[in-house]
Amino acid sequence: MNQDLRMTSLLTYTLKNLPSTSQWALRFSMRPLSCSSQLQAATAVQTKSKQTLAKPNIRNVVVVDGVRIPFLLSGTSYKDLMPHDLARAALSGLLHRTSVPKDVVDYIIFGTVIQEVKTSNVAREAALGAGFSDKTPAHTVTMACISSNQAMTTAVSLIASGQCDVVVAGGVELMSDIPIRHSRRMRKMMLDLSKAKTLGQRLSLISKFRLNFLSPELPAVAEFSTNETMGHSADRLAAAFAISRLEQDEYALRSHSLARKAQDEGLLSDVVPFKVPGKDTVTQDNGIRPSSLEQMAKLKPAFIKPYGTVTAANSSFLTDGASAVLILAEEKALAMGYKPKAYLRDFMYVSQDPKDQLLLGPTYATPKVLEKAGLTMNDIDAFEFHEAFSGQILANLKAMDSDWFAQNYMGRKAKVGSPPLEKFNIWGGSLSLGHPFGATGCRLVMATANRLQKEGGQYGLVAACAAGGQVCHRSFIGASRKSFSWKQNRFIQEWLI
Amino acid sequence: MVASRAVGSLSRFTASRMLRCPGYICRNFTRSSALLTRTHINYGVKGDVAVIRINSPNSKVNTLGQELHSEFIEVMNEVWSSSQIRSAVLISSKPGCFIAGADLNMLTACTTSQEVTQISQEAQRMFERVEKSTKPIVAAINGSCLGGGLELAISCQYRIATKDKKTVLGSPEVLLGILPGAGATQRLPKMVGVPAAFDMMLTGRGIRADRAKKMGLVDQLVEPLGPGIKPPEERTIEYLEEVAITFAKGLADKKISPKRDKGLVEKLTSYAMSIPFVRQQIYKKVEEKVRKQTKGLYPAPLKIIDVVKTGIEQGSDAGYLSESQKFGELAMTKESKALMGLYRGQTLCKKNKFGAPQKEVKQLAILGAGLMGAGIAQVSVDKGLQTILKDATLAALGRGQQQVFRGLNDKVKKKALTSFERDAFFSNLTGQLDYQGFEKADMVIEAVFEDLSLKHKVLKEVEAVIPDRCVFASNTSALPISEIAAVSKRPEKVIGMHYFSPVDKMQLLEIITTQKTSKDTTASAVEVGLKQGKVIIVVKDGPGFYTTRCLAPMMSEVIRILQEGVGPKKLDSLTTSFGFPVGAATLVDEVGVDVAKHVAENLGKVFGERFAGGSLEVLKQMISKGFLGRKSGKGFYIYQEGVKNKNLNSDINSILASLKVPSQPDVSSDEDIQYRLVTRFVNEAVLCLQEGVLATPTEGDIGAVFGLGFPPCLGGPFRFVDLYGAQKIVDRLRKYEAAYGKQFTPCQLLMDHASSPNKKFYQ
Repeated sequence: MNQDLRMTSLLTYTLKNLPSTSQWALRFSMRPLSCSSQLQAATAVQTKSKQTLAKPNIRNVVVVDGVRIPFLLSGTSYKDLMPHDLARAALSGLLHRTSVPKDVVDYIIFGTVIQEVKTSNVAREAALGAGFSDKTPAHTVTMACISSNQAMTTAVSLIASGQCDVVVAGGVELMSDIPIRHSRRMRKMMLDLSKAKTLGQRLSLISKFRLNFLSPELPAVAEFSTNETMGHSADRLAAAFAISRLEQDEYALRSHSLARKAQDEGLLSDVVPFKVPGKDTVTQDNGIRPSSLEQMAKLKPAFIKPYGTVTAANSSFLTDGASAVLILAEEKALAMGYKPKAYLRDFMYVSQDPKDQLLLGPTYATPKVLEKAGLTMNDIDAFEFHEAFSGQILANLKAMDSDWFAQNYMGRKAKVGSPPLEKFNIWGGSLSLGHPFGATGCRLVMATANRLQKEGGQYGLVAACAAGGQVCHRSFIGASRKSFSWKQNRFIQEWLI
Repeated sequence: MVASRAVGSLSRFTASRMLRCPGYICRNFTRSSALLTRTHINYGVKGDVAVIRINSPNSKVNTLGQELHSEFIEVMNEVWSSSQIRSAVLISSKPGCFIAGADLNMLTACTTSQEVTQISQEAQRMFERVEKSTKPIVAAINGSCLGGGLELAISCQYRIATKDKKTVLGSPEVLLGILPGAGATQRLPKMVGVPAAFDMMLTGRGIRADRAKKMGLVDQLVEPLGPGIKPPEERTIEYLEEVAITFAKGLADKKISPKRDKGLVEKLTSYAMSIPFVRQQIYKKVEEKVRKQTKGLYPAPLKIIDVVKTGIEQGSDAGYLSESQKFGELAMTKESKALMGLYRGQTLCKKNKFGAPQKEVKQLAILGAGLMGAGIAQVSVDKGLQTILKDATLAALGRGQQQVFRGLNDKVKKKALTSFERDAFFSNLTGQLDYQGFEKADMVIEAVFEDLSLKHKVLKEVEAVIPDRCVFASNTSALPISEIAAVSKRPEKVIGMHYFSPVDKMQLLEIITTQKTSKDTTASAVEVGLKQGKVIIVVKDGPGFYTTRCLAPMMSEVIRILQEGVGPKKLDSLTTSFGFPVGAATLVDEVGVDVAKHVAENLGKVFGERFAGGSLEVLKQMISKGFLGRKSGKGFYIYQEGVKNKNLNSDINSILASLKVPSQPDVSSDEDIQYRLVTRFVNEAVLCLQEGVLATPTEGDIGAVFGLGFPPCLGGPFRFVDLYGAQKIVDRLRKYEAAYGKQFTPCQLLMDHASSPNKKFYQ
């Protein structure tokens, strides 16, 4: 099945890449269908619901470029670093890639989920270390797995409202090290001790010490409101949509195969090498492991034992990584001589029941953002959805394709339809490339921009699910979800003329 | 006012399982079409697994009755004889119910214990065949799995349950005065160990799925699903079936072992149980405890111990025989008839006879954050009702809010709620000192001090701010509602809602309607009460309504008995040994001496000599010395925080001594004292029915048992008259009448029943 899919996608690229002289294509766009593949492509451009998503009186916001350091399985090469080290590497890479003058940057925003308490505003620490001006303010946002999406949309809002012209948005996550705390009682005793004035007071406090005060407090592995781990939720979701173990393994295999192919073909151009202090230079993602269905079938369920369907092989893994993108007001970008890669247009966040619909965000957000933008599913040339679990992605695809679900749970008259797989995550996804919680959003956006550029599409759609909270093994979190649609134009100069 | 343990546990029944499914379909068809004519069970074959689905027609629950039983035998015979089938899954098609128990009507229709024993033996035989089945059978349990349902499930080779709040496993037979009669007394001890089995069968408590898994009662859990390709309940059942099928296949292929690994503690326990001496000690301990708690008034628990013992010591053949015989004997006892009657009554009183109100109550406001007000708030917020709690001072309000929080937090400690749910529920409560937001209230319940002029003041204030649709309910135990409503601009919206303290523990809600109360107002009040989880009786307005009015003459008698020289401890033991959950003197302390005096005075004025007996002076002197009962730390007893054994308050002696009246020896035996109390209660209850305060005897029984702690083993005053005999009660009343006068004059309705023995309150 995966083989077929890949074939299909390849054919699509070919078709799209042929008529790359777009002026020509546009000019002939009024002509009726013909047999020529060139004309077919031209017609495809014509059938868009809208030629542009630009809105009057609102500044256009563009992405000039974006980079990420390789995403690594946690506990590997990055394990001795701190989060701001990774973020700094991403920022340096962005500076190098875009040559943006440091003093032009008005603002820096980073997303992260598990905070290192020493660098709670990791954006600021990383920016200072990367040599940005100490006059450039920076803040850190958190919104579970869509933290860097939040960083980017904050940047969009800042620019659109005229507050800033040049903003760097990014995200970082280091799962190799997580804050493990003393127990509450131990902390209380330590704090009281620091306030105790006399020896007697101190001794009486110390006398209350019990050995179990030393048991550590781990970051919760479950959703705070429901006490359910995300993997558990994903397993139930897959069951609710009757998605079999085989389907999930097949989808995971597809993700890994496509990622490997994209890596081999050098399509993952957002990756910048990172010289890790004391270690070799890391040049590529290390979580891509295409396996076989037989081998995957041998794994035991990771969450609902012994009969669940979510396994280590069809879930995204704990990942270290960082990413950053340069976002500008369009006129500023042009004035600086940039050729922007994409416009950032409409975005939307939705949230729903954290128990049973934790991971269904994309289903809810997609039709809404399409409506807001005035587009349909058919208008979208590139879909990049965050892959938390195979089961979660397949459940979302099924939900989007179900009239029953749309009518009973989304208050809609009809389904929005599921994205065609040949346009969907064709350079791999979080399952294979990895998912550093705070950094995935920027990866999704750059993958979409690069795909549109490469394939000649116009509109891309990004969606991710997120939870409101903590981390659990081999999975992550989702409470609010967002989706992101924008129009890309590889012929930006022509458009501007 | 008094929490009754035995009765409290009755509340654990969830599903109404007395609905008998009507319409036995006649089998005029040929054998081949038999499949089509089955009404309770159908089955299909998936691969080599038979999926047997139980779905009793026209009922929300599945009950094990004759038809289901015989269809089950048919289906199982087909399963066993089919060469295609290698294993089976047993599942219910009803959301929220596997099998809720045996059909009670089937038992009550029997007239001799032999008939009942026979029913038991048939079930035993069937379940034994299930147990010995060579084709593994997996019980897939979603929802209540109680009584006979549990017995069927534990006969199967494997059990899978959904981890849903509705999934409850239990053996509640003891609460109906019977025992599990289809093998549970023999199988449960083997499955979960003797101590846990005793706990289940003697308390009747329901066990949630996760706990059942830990105990070894179920082998696997399945999480309930959210929305997906189908509605959640439907898909969850489907998913449960899918999982059960994989396990059934695994069992048939011997890839899965039905035996589970026991933990260390379990291994140790079972080792200890293999020593005869240890077993004897356990039987002894359990028996002692049961005797102490039941005071010999309930025969079922002792028989359960006996049957379990027989099975373990003499082998299962003797055990099964003993089980079926004792089951038959118990089903014929007065106690089981009384308890079953209560169960039915409880089910009836959990329905809204008045239909759905025009507007659902969503915003509730409670005036007064005292014990009652806060208690009402507590049972409202956790049902999702937006609740305003208003008091006059910040201190009183704070105390009330803390009471609500503590109530919710206790549930967190018991793991019935998560801390997140607690916080979300607590957010439904708004504490305030003014009338802000009352303009949106759908119902106001006032729980201010019992003073007519204060209630009038509050009513007028509230009516100035609430919308027209808003119901005004008064939580009073004795003030007539019509008097409160006298100052109302819209008396049709005024109603009485008499809660019992502690509100979160006491199940009863007495709703009082005046002649002017509209039907819609009543429907609203009943709806709110049901939402709060109450058992509801609706009575007509009058002094003391029903419950307080029955209690008052008994209380008057309590004071007289104390004046006659019977000590509070002796009186308490006489009443508890008669079946009251709380002794009579303690009851006065719990109710509050001032409240008792207030009620006695008020009702005494209205009803005159019939309510006389003890001297009010006793209560007055107690009040003047500050002995208000538990709330002031002293009453007949001394109450200290953290001290369990309460001591007598010796200062009472001088009061009682100074007001001593001579006792009359021929009506002062222990038994006479008990009957003086009970007959006054019963006589007044029957009078309430005669006067139309009560609509039905059922409501009278439910009110007396769940609100006042009338002995559950007697089933309530009306059931008691039926079972004990009206003539005997009249005889006793006449005897006491001769000694004390009019207070004991039997009412007309009671005399009617005495004169025609065929007349029964329950036909």
